[in-house]
Parts: sequence; C-alpha cells; structure tokens
Amino acid sequence: MSIKEPRYESTFHPHKFALWASLCSITMMFIGLISAYIVRYAAGNWQEFNIPSLFYISTVVLVISSFTLHKSYKSFVAEDEKSYKFLLLVSLVLGIAFVAMQTFGWFELEARGIELNGNPSGSFFYLISGLHALHILGGIAAMLVATFHAYKLPFFVSNKRRLRFDLVVSYWHFVDILWIILIVFIHVIRYIL
Amino acid sequence: MIDTKLYGDNDTDVLIKESGYDDHFHEHEHGDKYRSGFLNTYIFSMDHKIIARQFLFTGIFWALIGAGMSIIFRLQLGFPEESLAWIKPLLGKWIVIDDVTGMGTLDPQFYYALVTMHGTIIVFFVLTAGLSGTFSNLLIPLQLGARDMASPFLNMLSYWFFFMASVVMFFSLFLSTGPFSGGWTAYPPLSALPQASSGSAGGMTLWLVSLTLFVVSVLLGGINYITTVLNLRTKGMSLWRMPLTIWAFFVTAIIGLLSFPVLVSGFLMLMMDRGLETSFFLSEIFIAGQGALDYVGGSPILYQHLFWFLGHPEVYIIILPAMGLVSEVLSVHARKPIFGYKAMVFSILAIAFLSFIVWAHHMFMAGVNPFISNFFVIFTLIIAVPSAVKVFNWITTLYGGNLRLNTPMLFAIGFVSLFISGGLTGIFLGNSAIDIPLHDTYFVVAHFHIVMGIAAFFGMFAGVYHWYPKMFARFMNETLGKIHFWVTMIGAYAIFWPMHYLGMAGVPRRYYSFETFQTFKHFDVMNQFITVAAIIVFAAQILFVINFFYSMYKGKQQKTRNPWGATTLEWTTPIVAGHGNWPGNLPKVHRWAYDYGKDGIEYTPQHIPMKDGEEAGDH
Ligand code: HEM
Ligand SMILES: [Cu+2]
Repeated sequence: MSIKEPRYESTFHPHKFALWASLCSITMMFIGLISAYIVRYAAGNWQEFNIPSLFYISTVVLVISSFTLHKSYKSFVAEDEKSYKFLLLVSLVLGIAFVAMQTFGWFELEARGIELNGNPSGSFFYLISGLHALHILGGIAAMLVATFHAYKLPFFVSNKRRLRFDLVVSYWHFVDILWIILIVFIHVIRYIL
Repeated sequence: MIDTKLYGDNDTDVLIKESGYDDHFHEHEHGDKYRSGFLNTYIFSMDHKIIARQFLFTGIFWALIGAGMSIIFRLQLGFPEESLAWIKPLLGKWIVIDDVTGMGTLDPQFYYALVTMHGTIIVFFVLTAGLSGTFSNLLIPLQLGARDMASPFLNMLSYWFFFMASVVMFFSLFLSTGPFSGGWTAYPPLSALPQASSGSAGGMTLWLVSLTLFVVSVLLGGINYITTVLNLRTKGMSLWRMPLTIWAFFVTAIIGLLSFPVLVSGFLMLMMDRGLETSFFLSEIFIAGQGALDYVGGSPILYQHLFWFLGHPEVYIIILPAMGLVSEVLSVHARKPIFGYKAMVFSILAIAFLSFIVWAHHMFMAGVNPFISNFFVIFTLIIAVPSAVKVFNWITTLYGGNLRLNTPMLFAIGFVSLFISGGLTGIFLGNSAIDIPLHDTYFVVAHFHIVMGIAAFFGMFAGVYHWYPKMFARFMNETLGKIHFWVTMIGAYAIFWPMHYLGMAGVPRRYYSFETFQTFKHFDVMNQFITVAAIIVFAAQILFVINFFYSMYKGKQQKTRNPWGATTLEWTTPIVAGHGNWPGNLPKVHRWAYDYGKDGIEYTPQHIPMKDGEEAGDH
C-alpha cells in the first residue's frame, strides 16, 4: 500500500525502522533486568553456582543458526533457490534445538537444587534465560512462516519478499547477540564485581 | 479577523493540485478499503483521525472517573464529621454506616484504593494515553503531510490494547476486596504480598495485568509515531521545518520506548514474587502472630529503582506533549513566530536526556547512599535550565504579540503560569537536604499536581479547544470555555497553593485522617477550603464536558479551512478530511512552521512557495 512508501529522502524502509525501534525497546527491558541483577548481586547473600555446560553448547548452536540464516538470505538474494531453502530449514531446526537445550539446562539446574524460588541468583538466571527463550520462540514462529513460504510459494525474488525475509533475519541476529551478551554477562560478573 | 482572501481555500486546492506531490495514493482502489461499513469506520478503524478521537473519548471517560474519585476522598478528608451516607447507593459496602448515629463514613481501605486509582488513572490513562494518544495520532500525519501512520494496523492495535487495559482496570473497581490500594507507584511489600492489604490480592493482580496491556499500547503507538516522523514526511518537510508539536510527540515517543520496558521488567519480577514465591523484592518480613515469611533477602528498594527509572521519564512523557501543544497555540494566537525555535528543540532533547538520570530524587529518603544522592541532586537541578529556557521563550513569544485572548490561548498562558509555579517547588525538592522534611508531605502533592497534573490538563485543554474544528468541523462555545478557564485557573491554585503550607508544617500525604494529630488541628479549616475548591473545579470540568458534546452537534460551524490563520499543514485539508487526508496530491512544504508577520504579511502557510528573493524565516 502506498501509505508505506517512504516519501522523504529516506534509505531505510519504514518497517525495518519500526523493527529496530522495537529492538531498542526489548534491549531496554533486558538492561533493566541486568541492572537489577548487578544491584542485587552487590547486596550480598548471593549463592554462586556453575552454569551447566549445556547452556554454552546451546550458545554455539544459536551462533551457527544465525550464520546459516545469514547464508540463506544471501542465497535468496542470489536466487539460489536450493541452498536458500535448505539453509533456512537448517536454521529453523537449530533454533528449535536451542530451545530444547535451554529446557534441559533448566532441568539440570533444578536437579542440582537451584530452585526458581530459592536464592535470587537462581531466580535471576531462570527469569533472564526464560524471558530470552520467549523472544527466541517469537523468532522461531517467524522462521516457521518463512520456511512455510519458502516451500509452498513459487520461488521468485521481489522487494516485498526480500524485505520480509530481511526482517526475520535481523530479528534472529538480534536475539542471538542478545543471548551472547546475557550469557557472557552472567558468566563474567562474578570475576569483576 | 483573518484575511481569508489572503490564502483562500480554492487557492490552496489549486496550489496543491498544480505543484503538490503526487504519491499515486488514490490510484490504488484498495486505498479506501478500511473505510467500509460502520464497524470498520468507527470501531476497528485504522484511520488516525478516528483513532485520535477514540483516545480522546476514552480519556475523557477516565478523567471524569479519576476526578470524581478525588472528590469522594476529599470529602472524607475535609469533612470527616459529615455523613457520607448519601453515596452509599454508589459505593455500597465501602460506606460504613454507624448503627447508632446513622452516620456514613468512607472505609479507610477504600480511601486508599480511591487515592491509588485516582493517581493511576490520571497519570497513565488520561495524561499519557488521553493526551499523547489523541494529539500524536491527530497531528503527526496531518502536520507532516502524510496519508496516515506508518502502520495503521499497529495503530489500531495500540488503541485496543489501551481499551483492554481500561476494561481490566474498570473491572477491578468492582472486586469485593476492592481495587489496589498501595499508591500509584505500587511499592512492595504492599504490592508484592497478596495478604498485605485487601487491595493487594485480586486488585493488584488486575492492576498489573491492566498496566502491562497499557505498556503494550504505549509501545505500539510509540514505534508508529517515531517511524512516521522519520519516514513519512512530505516533500520539503525537513526535521528543522517540523512544528514544535511534532518534535514534542516524537521525543515523547522515544522516551516512552526506552523507559516503559524497564517498568515491564520490574512488573515481571513483581509478578514472580506474587505468584512464584521468588524473593526479588521481598525479604523475611516478620508478621505478628505468623512469624517471618519464607522470602530471603529481597529488596523493595530495587523495585523503587526500576519503577522510578520509568516514573521520572513518565512525568516528561506527560508534560512534553503539553509543551508542544502550548508552543503551537501560543505562537498562532500571538501571531508571532515562536521565539527561539531551535533552542526549544534542543531543550526538549536536553530534558529528554536528563530525565533518564535523575530518578533517584524520588528516593532520597529511601535509604540510598547520600553520596549517590549528590549525583542525582546535581542532574535534577540541571533540568531546571532547559525548563527555564522554554519558559523564557514562551514569555518572549507573548511579548509584544498581537494576542487573541480566546479560550485555547488562555489555557496556553495558564499552562506557562502553572509550569513556573510548580517548577520552582521542584527545585526545593531536588535538594536532598530540603527534601528530607518535605518528602511524602503535601508539599510534594502540591508540587506535582501543579507542574504535572494541572499543567498537563491545561495543555490538553488548549489543544482540544484549538483543534476541535479539525476534529469535529465545529467550534466549542467561547463563553462556556472562558468560564471553564477562569474557574479552573483560580480554583486549581486555591486547591494546591495551601497544600504547600500543609506540607511545610509536616502534614504527611496519603493519610486517612489527622484526628489524632493535635499539631494539625488548626489545619481543619484549610482542608475544608481545599475540598470546597476541588468541588467547584470539578463542576467546571462538567461544564467543559457538556460544552464538548453539545458543540459536536450544535457548535458554530467551521466555514473556512484555516479559521485561526495558522501556518501548519493540517489546515490545508478539506474541512472534513477523508481517508488519506488530502483528496489529490500532498502539499509540498517550502518554509518553516512559524512565518507570522513576516515581511508585513500576517501569516504565510508552510505550503506557500518562497517568493523571488524572499529570505527564509528561520535563519
Ligand atoms: C524543575 C524541575 C523539577 C524538579 C527539580 C523536580 C523535583 C522533584 C523531586 C525532588 C521530587 C520528589 C519529592 C519527594 O517525593 O520527596 C518530585 C516529585 C514529583 N515530581 Fe517533580 N521536579 C521537577 C519538575 C517536574 C515536572 C515537570 C513534573 C511533571 C511534569 C514533575 C512531576 C513530579 C511528580 C509526579 C512527583 C511525585 C511523584 C510521587 O511521589 O507520587 N516534576 N519532583
Ligand atoms: Cu522525578
């Protein structure tokens, strides 16, 4: 619809811009949690625990999925239908694998006696990783739709489709980087504070 | 009167037709698809002009409820000896009737619930949604020369999330345990422990649900406003040619987008403390007869940090749109360019930035480290600088102007007066040493009601009276408007000025009764005076509402497009603008928004091309 065509000298599509604005918003929510984490951590009575290694493996999986999705987008633009479809599917599977690994990670924590309603160190870990996982689920939903389109619709590259795919890819990179920052933060804070 | 021959409606049409910008909007026949049928036109509308009206009507509804609540608790506070039995039909069990004397008094629990709901409703539903929602929606596309918002669909969702938040909050008023009663700031433990007070149970749960929906509404709206301002301006509308209204809405949306999510993280932790027994904000509180609670080591101060990180920017989310409206109204009706346009923009930006690093001035008495307090004192006092720049520029705009003292102008001038009075007391409170005796007294109540509550309402009134023709193609009644203004202006000072004295004498806020304090005995009459003034001001608002709805059907009709002789683009559309706002091309912009009295011409609208050799008004 023409309402959405940019009119003033703008190089950025309004939808992409709106996505970035919402990403700023999500970032602020996690900054709020991280600040609360730091303040609470500094107040003492904080029970340290080691993060199960599953969470590090899942991080690697997530990074790989970001990479394959990026490649898929490149193939799409280059009109390489086969690798576009294949890489998209791979990314989707890796994304789902990430959520599964997070879930098993939580089970492992639980089995070690780190309860949600125990010491705040655990509560914060569940809250932050859980809220992040919700955002990942949003990304998976978007990728599902994209995969569905890829396999159902006839293949052609149009501006509209490229933009849509671009939005999905941008969001996925965002939740990926967000997780890296979160896990590094939680891992490192005990050495610096 | 304005020289309508100067830029007549036909000239405007011809000009836009011949040299406007053709975006091929009307060639797409589906352009009008969401304007079919009553439901799509008026209820689930995606047209920004309708959505603006939806926000306004809902805002007026809540304003009446919120203000009505304050009258009830003021009656109890000012006249505790008088019977309130007559409102029993409305409040039911919350009015307790004495068996012997037959006297009706307000239940203390419900007194707190009323105070809490009054604050929540006015701050969030009226002065955030009702103000930003109405005028950002109405003016951003119209003043920028856009067909609609960047995403009309998200815009519609934004209203309906607000609507759902409203329904949930309204529902909570009827719970048998009452709505939440721990203050609009919802500090734990009152908000975190369901057993802490009767409103802390179901009432608080609904409060959290409602405000979470509300935040979604604000974020959807904000993303749209920002995207529209940055992407959909018409040809020639550079950022530095935007009217100050748009600058204000734009920056407001950015503040909202960055601060509300932090409140959400606080809410999430609060919900977990309430439902999942985490200990973010709760500790081993000892309750007589029950022993200590199971929670370990949480801190209520943590919540206060998260809340005020939103809370302080929120007060600017409320006041900036009002400032934008006032700047525009002052300039139009003083027939002068706004003084120091760029200084105005930079002070909006400075206020926005500083508003993020002053939040702990609400917590000087919460036990934060005095060393850290100093940091917040300094930045709090620095905010007074851009605020003073704005005040100076408004007054200078008025100085030597050819003032039209009509109702919108009176409210705009009233805004400036209120903002000065309330800003000054802010400087008192911003000094942590002075805040120690003043915190949580009526001095604070006086401060924020004058500077935020009343001032923002004045900005909103100025906007409603000024843009009423744009919304309803009629004018509001001037006589009723002037009565409304003078009663509200004098009445508001009558209510809140005495509160400064109460506060300096140490009278604490949020108390149901002062009967047991001998020291405050001599304030009884003052409290009665305040209550009476509040009732009179409330009556004047009823007058406004009557005027508002009466004028929709019977008001003086708007005959020409640009009745105020304003320069901005919203007055170039047909009187009743259809979908897409302009029937053919979009107007192109050739100058800034404040060419009043330039080269001896009364006003030159933004879409009029520059004459040969004419110098731009904004050097
Ligand atoms: C010159 C600028 C200002 C300064 C230095 C200032 C300072 C302060 C301080 C220190 C407090 C805390 C008082 C206490 O609780 O002990 C306060 C409360 C408050 N201020 Fe301001 N203020 C200023 C302007 C404003 C403006 C422009 C608004 C709104 C538009 C505003 C709204 C509020 C509100 C709502 C509260 C009370 C919140 C509550 O406790 O319920 N202030 N102000
Ligand atoms: Cu503040």
